[in-house]
Amino acid sequence: MESIDLLYKAIYILVIFGITLLIATYSTYFERKIAAFIQDRVGPNRAGPAGLLQPLADAGKLFFKEDFIPARASKALFIIGPGIAMLVATMSSAVIPFGDNLIIDGHQIWLQAIEVNIGVLYVFGVVSLGVYGLMIGGWASNNKFSLLGAIRAASQNISYELAMGLSLIAVLMMTGSLSLREIAEQQAGFNWNIWYQPLGFIIFLVCAFAETNRTPFDLPESEAELIGGYHTEYGSMKLGMYLFAEYINIFVASAVMATLYFGAYNFPFMFELEAWLVGVTESAVTANNIVTLVGVAAMFAKIFLFIFFFMWVRWTLPRFRYDQLMKLGWQILIPLAILNIILTGGGILLKDYLF
Amino acid sequence: MTENLFYFLASLTLLCALMVVISKNPVHSVLFLIITFFTISGHYILLNAQFLAAVNIIVYAGAIMVLFLFVIMFLNMNKKSENLVKTSTLTKVAGTIAGGLLFVVMIAALKDVEVAGYNAETYNSQIGMVENLGAVLFTQYLLPFELASILFLVAMVGAVMLGKKEVGEQHF
Repeated sequence: MESIDLLYKAIYILVIFGITLLIATYSTYFERKIAAFIQDRVGPNRAGPAGLLQPLADAGKLFFKEDFIPARASKALFIIGPGIAMLVATMSSAVIPFGDNLIIDGHQIWLQAIEVNIGVLYVFGVVSLGVYGLMIGGWASNNKFSLLGAIRAASQNISYELAMGLSLIAVLMMTGSLSLREIAEQQAGFNWNIWYQPLGFIIFLVCAFAETNRTPFDLPESEAELIGGYHTEYGSMKLGMYLFAEYINIFVASAVMATLYFGAYNFPFMFELEAWLVGVTESAVTANNIVTLVGVAAMFAKIFLFIFFFMWVRWTLPRFRYDQLMKLGWQILIPLAILNIILTGGGILLKDYLF
Repeated sequence: MTENLFYFLASLTLLCALMVVISKNPVHSVLFLIITFFTISGHYILLNAQFLAAVNIIVYAGAIMVLFLFVIMFLNMNKKSENLVKTSTLTKVAGTIAGGLLFVVMIAALKDVEVAGYNAETYNSQIGMVENLGAVLFTQYLLPFELASILFLVAMVGAVMLGKKEVGEQHF
């Protein structure tokens, strides 16, 4: 690989990292604003214009609080726990294609940090590691309630990972590829996977809610009826890290859903737009770059829509009871996902038979 | 570069594997075992077998070790219970002899083994990719593959049977 490509990759990875953190930061602000809107309140409006500096104020508060470690806690693991949660959360955005290619000075630049032929499995593997942050944190606190909270969170994550993987298999059967870029390319124009996989998408969406510990699946931190879960003993920025990792996970889950089911950076009439731009600017390169940039905007619009949906649901639905949650995961979602696989397989065979 | 990476990963693997055995705290042992799985995945990536690397992480580090951690966290092994279980001298002697015998057998078996090399010209570097692996699994090794899935099915049915509520049994 040429050094200029390496330099570009390094810059791109840093930019994606920065954007991930920025979006997660402002998710906290918009969550409170949306909650306020739904409950007919004003929401944060003191720090900066329209309360826009509120996330900075929150972070400042968390940093300056006493960094407390319980006396009989396992110190090293107590510190590593939130670290793992953050690390794992920021890792998965590496394989997501945020846009098509840009052509600058004859260089074709892909708007994706790393292209691997197992992109979907990479995301899945990283997601399955997210449990360790919670479990290590809960155990290291040396508190029964923390431990029970950690076990609760871990068993929920494992249960819903199964249904999530099964709903993914139907998509992979259709696309025949594990590479996220190829999956995105196959959905060019308006040929999105959601039209073929509505059931799979709903299963994936429900599992994404459970994996990110969002309402109605936020039992790991239901402080009202159970003790606040695995982070009972945490305070200061370590608690902040756990909560922040949740917002990063929401961003990543939204990006994955947009890529797998909602056509990633593709938008309707993109080829017509490109043909028209070629006619206007008389340069295929400029037209390609403009369409790519519009595609990036489309991708982020889809991501923001999903993030909004996450928040909308949080302030609309009440929480599940734990046995209902397990029943939904094991007895409803997994059979539905298997049914979806059979239907997809039948559909593919029928298509081969008819056409 | 690749060679240096290999030596780094290999030494890290051995170190973590040793720490699994040496660690006093069982939870630390499990965590070191997880790191060992990661380094093994690193070896797979060096061999250009990305699919195996990802599946190794998902299945072993992501699923099986979580269940290990589950069980061990519930065992609540603190200082007190550690002192209760004393290893007797007889156990130690027996363990040493058994371990030494295993070591001798390993050396005897591996002494005369010739490492099958590879031909750099005919070697297919894409052999570890998903498509090739899938093609081999579903043609050449179809029967063992299907038998393995039947084994899993049997294990699953057995687990469900063990976990089933008996007639008249009530938990709460």
